Amino acid sequence: MAKNFTYLTELLGLHVYDLKGRRIGRVSDAALVPLLDPVRVDRLLVGGGQWARLTVRYDQIQSISVDDGIQLRDEKLTPHHSDEYMLRAVRDLLDQQIIDSQGRKVVRVTDLTFEILSIDGHDELRVTEVDIGLRSIFRRIFQGALSFRLVRRIQEIIPPHSIPWAYCNIIEPDPQRRLRLNISTDHLEKMHPADLADIVEELSPEDREAIFAVIDEEIAADALSEVEPEIQTSILESLDPERAADIVEEMAPDEAADMLSEIEEKAAEEILDGMETEPEAEVRELLEFEEDTAGGLMNTEYVSVHEKATIADGFAALRGNEELLDTVNTLFLVGADEKLVGVVPLGKLFSGAEDTPLADLADETVIHVNVDEKESHITELFDKYNLMTLPVVDEEGRLEGVITADDIITVLRER
Amino acid sequence: MLRQFRYRIAAFFAVIGPGFITAIVDNDAGGIFTYSQAGARWGYLPLWTLIPITLLLIVTQEMCSRMGAVTGKGLSDLIREEFGLRTTFFMMAALLFANLTNVMANFAGIASSLELFHISRYITVPLGAIGVSLLVVKGTYDRIERIFLIACALYAAYIAAGIMIEPNWEKAMVSSVHPVMMIDPAYIAMLIGMVGTSVAPWMQFYLQAAVVEKGITAKDYKDSRVEVIVGCIVMTVIAFFIIVACAGAIYSREGPRDITDAAGAARALEPFGRYAYLLFSAGLFNASLFAACILPLSTAYTVCEGLGFPSGVNHRYKDARIFYNLFGFLVVAGAGTVLLPNFPLIDMILLSQVINGILLPFILIYMIVLVNKKRIMREWTNSRAYNMVAWTSVVLIIGLTVALAGITVRDLFAG
Repeated sequence: MAKNFTYLTELLGLHVYDLKGRRIGRVSDAALVPLLDPVRVDRLLVGGGQWARLTVRYDQIQSISVDDGIQLRDEKLTPHHSDEYMLRAVRDLLDQQIIDSQGRKVVRVTDLTFEILSIDGHDELRVTEVDIGLRSIFRRIFQGALSFRLVRRIQEIIPPHSIPWAYCNIIEPDPQRRLRLNISTDHLEKMHPADLADIVEELSPEDREAIFAVIDEEIAADALSEVEPEIQTSILESLDPERAADIVEEMAPDEAADMLSEIEEKAAEEILDGMETEPEAEVRELLEFEEDTAGGLMNTEYVSVHEKATIADGFAALRGNEELLDTVNTLFLVGADEKLVGVVPLGKLFSGAEDTPLADLADETVIHVNVDEKESHITELFDKYNLMTLPVVDEEGRLEGVITADDIITVLRER
Repeated sequence: MLRQFRYRIAAFFAVIGPGFITAIVDNDAGGIFTYSQAGARWGYLPLWTLIPITLLLIVTQEMCSRMGAVTGKGLSDLIREEFGLRTTFFMMAALLFANLTNVMANFAGIASSLELFHISRYITVPLGAIGVSLLVVKGTYDRIERIFLIACALYAAYIAAGIMIEPNWEKAMVSSVHPVMMIDPAYIAMLIGMVGTSVAPWMQFYLQAAVVEKGITAKDYKDSRVEVIVGCIVMTVIAFFIIVACAGAIYSREGPRDITDAAGAARALEPFGRYAYLLFSAGLFNASLFAACILPLSTAYTVCEGLGFPSGVNHRYKDARIFYNLFGFLVVAGAGTVLLPNFPLIDMILLSQVINGILLPFILIYMIVLVNKKRIMREWTNSRAYNMVAWTSVVLIIGLTVALAGITVRDLFAG
């Protein structure tokens, strides 16, 4: 930590002196203007004394010291008014929740640490860290009751717990204000969707909505599918239907259908109407199936080739379905009328020459289920045959979809 | 149509839990003792207080669950955000102490109820403590809540015991609607005690947190309100049967007398047959164990949330050390003191009543202030009429609990 530093709790007690050494008042808040500078304290709000609330701009300050207070070098102060562009430490941060994108947690701000920097002969404050944990709690409780020096000395015995300011993400529900405060979603979008989902679960409905309303659709979809079912529905219902549709489109159709079947029919219908035609049709088809059957579990995104196809054809088909490559691990062979005839694990494509017929590589028996097969039987099949994927067919044996191991894990965890 | 209907039913069942559990646990070892004592000493006379008590409970509980549903935040979170850390810290410290003595009282209840079955407390209390810890450490919230709901059903034991006593139903019915005031210090102390045990500080925190944990939102709030009201009524019905059983078994047969603990009430039921006696004792055991499960958990949760530490049984020990340590401390200290031969348990319980009495006014006033803040409650603030009812209830409760605290202090020094 920098040698010359101060805490927000200390700053709030400091007196402000004008050029003649007269006391103007005490600091009541510190504000950043993130559009100008994300770390510099741009204004101090000074309240009390014989003046109303005044603002001190950073370049009007001569020196800042915990012992001697704040000396000004320019005393043409303006009264405090509009602060739409300001992020105020006490009002907007202290005791509020923020997201720590490095530690991937939601935390509550107990105090802030500022560095006092000397620039061109005068002092400026920069936010360095947000303090959480016991040390800052101690400081908050005793600041004012004991002297600054004593508090600083005693707190040394408590281990510090702080988050670098760069990793702090402020949650702001109002979209207008988000822009004014220049709050970016970069950090959140770089997190693993599952971590983002955990964080979202800890927030209030309003804050959840705020995050899902602004982050990238694809990331929103990935995170949403990891969120607990009850929270999924509350997020979906709170979002603007068009925005919800954009997110649902990016999800796997089986997950989208599961989610939509949990919310009120009218809301689900609005979301479906807002979707593109192709994903909408897929989701609607899945919605017809009972939730705890093969039809309800399966996904309609899979890669299939004709039964007479060769390894080269197989690779070509995979290349044509780039968006599925993250998850796909099986190639299905279908005959006339889309009837399922064989299953080829993807790894086997590397075991033969380009012109080897895929049928030669197919598993001996094709384990498959009907769309109305019960969930409990399906989990048994996965266990018994150590499956990664299980094709689902209709009455005529046509391939309808595929159940993957991750769907089964979800089912088992819910029991 | 069918889907819509199923959705309604599912929506209602999805909110069951928080309100019910909170109201039922209110009848813990301390509550059962208060009601038994009221029946044994005053017969059917105190029954009229149950209707006003139910109303007071409904008013306070309804506000908490509404705040939870609308804001998605716990009560300690809201107090922290709106009133700052220092207030929260002192409130949490008082709550911790009050709840610790409550935990002690309930472990004492476990000990004395099972001693009626001739099982030594040196076996039952440690086993109880281990059971409570395992349930919380190994269970997920959903599963714990299901076990709790089953425990709620066991309170029917009191209804059965009450019926077996064959009390004078006509008298009981008349007394329930016929208020009787007497200028007798003992009578007034009894009335105050009944209200004091019914509206406790921990309930407000527990209920709101449970509503949030359950993912109930403003949209489902109507169902949640019904659940809260039903829970409060069920709690009163159980209290009614406890009073009636003791009035019928003790007051009407042997004349008015004081009992020293809830187990004493069970013993008085013995002449009416083994079953009435067994049911009453089993009911006391269930209630004590139930409260011993909920209180440490709820306290650890509330305190950690208010101070901004990670909390909840869904975290691993490594991630929520303070939460688990606090929980462990409450269980070990709560159970341990019951086993110490010369520990002044009664004094501690009386002291906790005083602290409850001091704490409750602050909590209730903060609650009304919070629930009326447009910024956090949006269109869900109290209406003017509701505010009148709420303030009247709060003033009444405050008056009575402060009086109870006063009487207790007097007794502590006199005794």
